[in-house]
Amino acid sequence: MARNTFRQDEQLQETLNIVTVIRLFSYLKPYKMEVIKVMALMAVVVTVSLVSPLLMRKAINDFIANANLKGLALLGLIMTGIYAASMICSRYRIMIMSVVSSKILMKIRQDLFNHIQKLSFAFFDSRPVGKILARIMGDVNSLGELFTTSVTNLIPEAVMLVAVVSIMMWLNWKLGLMALIMLPILSVAIFIIRTVSRKRWQDFRKKRSNLSAYVHEDYSGIRVVQSFAREQKTEGIFAELSHNVANAFISAIKVANTFGMTAELCWGIGTVIVFWYGTRLLIAGEILIGDLVAFTGYIGMFWQPIMNLTNFYNNLITNLAGAERIFEIMDIEPDIVNRPGAVELPPIKGEVIFDHVTFAYEGDEYVLKDINFQIKPGETIALVGHTGSGKTTIVNLISRFYDVTHGRVLIDGYDVRDVTLESLRRQMGIMTQDTFMFSGSIMDNIRYGRLDATDDEVIAAAKAVKAHDFIIKLDKGYHTDANERGARLSAGQRQLIALARALLADPRILILDEATASIDTQTEMLVQEALNTIFKGRTSFVIAHRLSTIRNADRIFVVDDGQIKEVGNHNQLLAKKGLYYQLYMAQYRFLGAGA
Amino acid sequence: MKRLFKYIWRYKFLYIIPVFSMLVAVGLDMFNPIVSQKIIDDVILGGEHEKLARLLFAFLGITAGRASFGYLRNYFFDYAGSKISVEIRTDLFNHIQKLPFSYFDNVNTGEIMARTTEDVHTIWTTLAFALRAFSEQILYLIIATILLFTTEWKLALLTFCIMPLLLYLAFKLEKKISAAFGALSDQNADLNTCAQENLAGVRVVKAFGREQYEIKKFFRENEGYCQRNIDVAKIWSKYHPGIEFISNFILVLVISVGGMFVVRSQLTLGELVKFNGYVMMLVWPMRMLGFLTNMLARCNASAKKIAKIMAIEPTITSPKDAVVPKEFKGHVVFENVSFKYNDEYVLQDININAPPGSTIAIMGTTGAGKSSIINLIGRYYDCTEGRILVDGIDVKKMDLQALRNNIAVVMQDTFLFSDTLYENITFGVDNFADKDFQEAVADAQVEEFVQELEDGYETIVGERGVGLSGGQKQRVSIARALLKKSKVLILDDATSALDMETEYLIQQALEKRKVTKFIIAHRISAVKNADEILIVENGRIVERGTHESLLRRKGKYYAIYREQFKDFADLQKEVI
Repeated sequence: MARNTFRQDEQLQETLNIVTVIRLFSYLKPYKMEVIKVMALMAVVVTVSLVSPLLMRKAINDFIANANLKGLALLGLIMTGIYAASMICSRYRIMIMSVVSSKILMKIRQDLFNHIQKLSFAFFDSRPVGKILARIMGDVNSLGELFTTSVTNLIPEAVMLVAVVSIMMWLNWKLGLMALIMLPILSVAIFIIRTVSRKRWQDFRKKRSNLSAYVHEDYSGIRVVQSFAREQKTEGIFAELSHNVANAFISAIKVANTFGMTAELCWGIGTVIVFWYGTRLLIAGEILIGDLVAFTGYIGMFWQPIMNLTNFYNNLITNLAGAERIFEIMDIEPDIVNRPGAVELPPIKGEVIFDHVTFAYEGDEYVLKDINFQIKPGETIALVGHTGSGKTTIVNLISRFYDVTHGRVLIDGYDVRDVTLESLRRQMGIMTQDTFMFSGSIMDNIRYGRLDATDDEVIAAAKAVKAHDFIIKLDKGYHTDANERGARLSAGQRQLIALARALLADPRILILDEATASIDTQTEMLVQEALNTIFKGRTSFVIAHRLSTIRNADRIFVVDDGQIKEVGNHNQLLAKKGLYYQLYMAQYRFLGAGA
Repeated sequence: MKRLFKYIWRYKFLYIIPVFSMLVAVGLDMFNPIVSQKIIDDVILGGEHEKLARLLFAFLGITAGRASFGYLRNYFFDYAGSKISVEIRTDLFNHIQKLPFSYFDNVNTGEIMARTTEDVHTIWTTLAFALRAFSEQILYLIIATILLFTTEWKLALLTFCIMPLLLYLAFKLEKKISAAFGALSDQNADLNTCAQENLAGVRVVKAFGREQYEIKKFFRENEGYCQRNIDVAKIWSKYHPGIEFISNFILVLVISVGGMFVVRSQLTLGELVKFNGYVMMLVWPMRMLGFLTNMLARCNASAKKIAKIMAIEPTITSPKDAVVPKEFKGHVVFENVSFKYNDEYVLQDININAPPGSTIAIMGTTGAGKSSIINLIGRYYDCTEGRILVDGIDVKKMDLQALRNNIAVVMQDTFLFSDTLYENITFGVDNFADKDFQEAVADAQVEEFVQELEDGYETIVGERGVGLSGGQKQRVSIARALLKKSKVLILDDATSALDMETEYLIQQALEKRKVTKFIIAHRISAVKNADEILIVENGRIVERGTHESLLRRKGKYYAIYREQFKDFADLQKEVI
């Protein structure tokens, strides 16, 4: 899978517009009652706005013309009353509808987030965080107005339209048809414009997503940017991406504005046609003066809802682009999922078998080639080898972060693909190379390993990995904010916390990927002692470059070019004078050379 | 808001066309009813059929004019809005980039991201739409007012008696909803942070199978966001119908009172109808007032959040008459340097003299202050006491850009951009010779593994170097620093994830480079050849000297040496 960067637009699968619309509106389903209520309230509001001009006319024609002050006052009171009623109705309508639409947005966002949680590393590897974030935030937010306006505007406008058309047809069907003559033209125009519009809004969102990706990267990597004094360069890129967003917006909004202009022109021509044809009918005596005057009044009422509907449609097209981007992610099948009929992995002893395992991240670039080994419960295995030889990949397959391309990985005789992911990972403690800290206290960060751990248990785990001493020296001890990625902690301190986190999970299989690389020798000596106790009774995999870390392993696997080239304990491998010996001696060569 | 107006003011010329178009469009809008009236009165009722064609052409012409000027108005308002928001966004981004490390230590990426993306977007929408609607409504309001007063001032005065009430409601709405929008914007930032952390830390989430926990965590923020939205709606639902009621009530009032005037013959019926038409023109902007207040309040809330960031003074900047050294030699001196962070001493009494071309190695326990020492050289933080001199000039008096241009750092926390390897390696430089590139990638042992990649240097690495192993990432970041060819090179535990052989090769390559080097490392092999080795503990230098002198001293360094090389001794026994 190709990786995407802030420089490239994302590729979107073309979906049928209508499918997206139906899917989007299926979110309204649970709120049938609310929607009905809103419509009932809307009915009142619409009726009031339809009736009030009639009342107004009555006031002028009947009461004022006839100097009936009493009637006028009464009518004034009635109108004030119905306006007040309308006010109350519109208040409830706003309230109910915004609750519904807020909840729907929440649901869509949550669905999207939950779905993303199911996706495997392959998904996250292939696109920048900022782009995924743009979908969860910006694209979902863009749907905000959609539900409200569709329910509150679409239906009343449509009703209004039908009512006005019926009245016009009833007054004079010939003239009525003439009034409608511009509608097909408008529809065709809108249809043409729509295709362009959708593409451009899609483009706008892609550009926004690129910007979001870049902002995320720049802020995450700000230390690199500043230390290289490259602010000018990044400012340049940012300015370019910002302009791209603006340009995409302008090109999309141009189309939207054309929408409005077209509708207005159609209105103008439509009105002219009615006047012209109406006058001809009048001359021909087919229509009465009063009817024509009434007709000209209705023609205005006819175009208003059309304009509003056009606007709504325009709005829909604009925001549908966001919906498409949301559904696109929701439609990605998680590739690492529980198989149908996957069983709970019972409490394991910790036997691990790789049976002819081959693996490629992408295509046929094999990272692991025919790996075979069997590990007894409780064994400590060290994986050594050059960077990029495939050590991390091996441990990633044990916890099923990726699925093997060929072969099997068995734990206590169970193929990892046949058991549920939760039951598998629950029994493992993994410390990855990336010592990510969540914002929150150090206590919370360690507790991430086992959520129900008590404070004492957390502290015990910290003590076991020798993190306790530095933690209590911090201004708020265990309650010190760790902050994202632990910016205020040194790399070594972060590793100790991550180690405590892995330990707290009390796993049967412990995987330490470069767990102590940034820890100084003195601390490491202490940690090592602790680790030796921790390793007891657990199957452990240790990836490390430091001798002190690997020396005590029961077996050492030397991984090279995706294969296990040598197996044995420290002494055996040294005696063999092979790859391990070379790797090992490199550490001293410098010393020898310099001395 | 004030800042926002400044931006708008700067682009005032961009508003000439749209405002002009708006005036024309509104003006034309006034004619259409007159034409329709004439058609009805003269042609239909009056039977002057010969006038029809002319009037219809006028009607068409006016509509076409209104539509085209309306288009121009919309387009240019959108255009100006985009331009301004691009500028606001760029200014915000550039400002954030200038803030010191200490700012980023305390802020979540998700939050500043939300400010740069979502909050600016809110302002954008407001500028593009609300500003246009606002000025247009004001225009209508003015025209309607003039027409009203010229028609019948007593009735007009009555209409305007209601206005203060309307303004009061709008004012109250603004006040209440502003606070709600502020909370919404904050919650948006929290939600963004929550999602951002989850995505950035996805490896940890999956490693512990914490998806359900994360889902719950996100749900809380998501629900909070939903609630803040409802809060806004509540306020809106309280005031908006009220505003609408009052504007409708004005109509009732005009008809009732105006009707009385007609009955008393103070006004003709025709005048009342006309007056009523003008009041309609007045009512529409009044209704819009609610919407606009709403939008402006939201925009204001976002603008405030942005202003808050803009108000943070970058504490580390070039002084006014900054020294720009002509030639950089790379002589680094620490003079009695102390450094406080959060009111606690992280470093105390640090004295270092690193002549050009020398190598200073720093060792010490986790959290002892090693990184803090080197962070002071490039002024990522400023020292609290003492001075740091580069080529005899206090770094605080030197041009910041010049200073940092001459220092290359490899950070402990390797960060790569999601971009090609080539872009990542050349990130630090504008111009470089091909030879330098070859040298840098060879020295950093990047060449070796890139050769095996299908796309070579065009391979895209994911954010933070996804797809590369920890060691490969470190090598790329070393190459990035080496390509800069600066006089001072700082390696902060830059080889921790490398295997011994690769580390050795890199060390040999570095030896050749005659630049001042600061090396933080844990392995004796990495520091042994340094001109001076510093052992740091609790923020102080506790031991210093060359490898030999420190060994002779049999102190902490010696203890580390013993631990790391006891195997070597054993090995020599075994093998030899």
